[in-house]
Amino acid sequence: MFKFPIYLSAGQEYISASIAEVMKELNVQPNIFIQHRGHSTYLAFDAPIERLIDELLGRKSGCANGMGGSASIQSKEKNIFGHDGLMGSQVPIAVGHCYQTQHPTIVYMGDASAEEDYVLGALGWASTKRLPILFVVEDNNLSILTEKKVRRNWNMHNVAEAFNMQGLDIEDDPAQIKQALVSVFEKPMLVNINTHRKFWHSGAGIDDENIFDRYQEQMDILGHEASQIHEQTKQMVEQIWQKQLEKQ
Amino acid sequence: MAKTVRETIKDITHQHLKQGSRCYGQCLTAVGWVGGTLPKLYEKDGMIELSMADVAGGGIVVGAALAGKRPIYVVRYQGFQWYNSPIIANYAMKSKEIWQRPCPLLVRGIAMEGGIGPVAGSSHHSIYHRMPGVKIASPMTPREYEFAYKSFMNDDDVYYISEHRKSYDNSKELFNIIHPKADITLFPISITRFAAAEAQKELEKLGLKVNIIHQLWIKPFNFKEDWEIALANSKFGGVVLDDDYEEGAASSIAHTMMMKVNKRVRTLCLEPKSAGFYPDVDNLPPSAEKIIIKVAEYCGLRTIKKR
Repeated sequence: MFKFPIYLSAGQEYISASIAEVMKELNVQPNIFIQHRGHSTYLAFDAPIERLIDELLGRKSGCANGMGGSASIQSKEKNIFGHDGLMGSQVPIAVGHCYQTQHPTIVYMGDASAEEDYVLGALGWASTKRLPILFVVEDNNLSILTEKKVRRNWNMHNVAEAFNMQGLDIEDDPAQIKQALVSVFEKPMLVNINTHRKFWHSGAGIDDENIFDRYQEQMDILGHEASQIHEQTKQMVEQIWQKQLEKQ
Repeated sequence: MAKTVRETIKDITHQHLKQGSRCYGQCLTAVGWVGGTLPKLYEKDGMIELSMADVAGGGIVVGAALAGKRPIYVVRYQGFQWYNSPIIANYAMKSKEIWQRPCPLLVRGIAMEGGIGPVAGSSHHSIYHRMPGVKIASPMTPREYEFAYKSFMNDDDVYYISEHRKSYDNSKELFNIIHPKADITLFPISITRFAAAEAQKELEKLGLKVNIIHQLWIKPFNFKEDWEIALANSKFGGVVLDDDYEEGAASSIAHTMMMKVNKRVRTLCLEPKSAGFYPDVDNLPPSAEKIIIKVAEYCGLRTIKKR
């Protein structure tokens, strides 16, 4: 085994899962520009888990040919474009791709990469060109461990509004996300979704034992049936991991 | 009358847009149309005005390239590459290798002959030179420009075309001069090629046999066999001339030559200093006069004085 940085999405899964469901309902297969913390997006949009596992194992059969690791995953089958590690670069790239194709496009970023100057420039141009694009800010309030209030006194949804596009600030509650996307792709839109990162910025350690876990909360609300689905899914994922590990 | 470099670029751009591709940049449709190198077309024709957000602009064009439409990206001053290049270098140049998604993009960078201050002036192709996944050409003649463009259209790499405004009026081709036994061989890049050609004639009058081998391709640098022989047969080695700084493409090319041929290869480039706006503090590429003085010195003629 070898060591490399891994960016886990646990705690933030509801964002992509909810958006993917809305896309299914709309019968839209968007182009998706992923960020470095993108496992949840990759899996929510049905990209093959085997290729993600292979990528994490550094294999040629991985979704990024064994070069991308955790941070630069992609899926050609599902129109998911990989991220290059320059925080926020996916935003202008997505805008340019969307301008060229005029196809519905979703681009993910964190609350930290949203501060990159080129992200702001790209938002402005997307608004000017009235592109069918959805900007999703996965806002866990942290850049590694530096809180948003230390870094800025403004909010991304206000920035979007200043750029003449719809800007919303919501929780990662599936109902809120679905409601927010009622007019998605009619014109550019930014949704700042407040969420909680369960694990470290990089790695599987925990910064705060008391961090809110929406997944656990939903499990508690939904009860036995949800627990069964959880267990079945866990077993399925473990089996796939085992199968991939046994593969030479 | 033969076509100039300016007209060649304009015609190529026109054809490119007619094929359904696009040309992106800032202030493309402003007065002058980027030194007269663009046809007078607008957004509906594929001439796309970006905002003044340079870094974002570079990323937007990478996105367009990822969609497979082979955009041309016009950066009006080469020095602006400092903030147009990051996403081009880190994404477009790596995309084919990491994700097997080619991102063919032609970046035009335009250099000027001084008088433009600390940032924008001379060539900056060395910014890109260190990156894998890029091809760099510096065409100074109409045929060279056509050749570089055709190469791009038949390739799926990122191309950086290092232009120079001073070449835009040129309609003549530039040819190598190789003696069987020369004193020295000049390998000029970009605008230094014109000064080197002028200097070569003057140096021959002083009794020196001077080869001149013009460099169109900066990367990949293909050290051709006849060039190798010419350098090996040059008594005082070679000189790479460039209008970028020494610590970049010029030094790299000189190093490649020296690894293959046991001859000293010097570099003559911009001075290692910032350029100011005024003539006495500017930083210009080596002039014919400077080349004559330096080459005479390298060849042991120490009597040449500044005219």
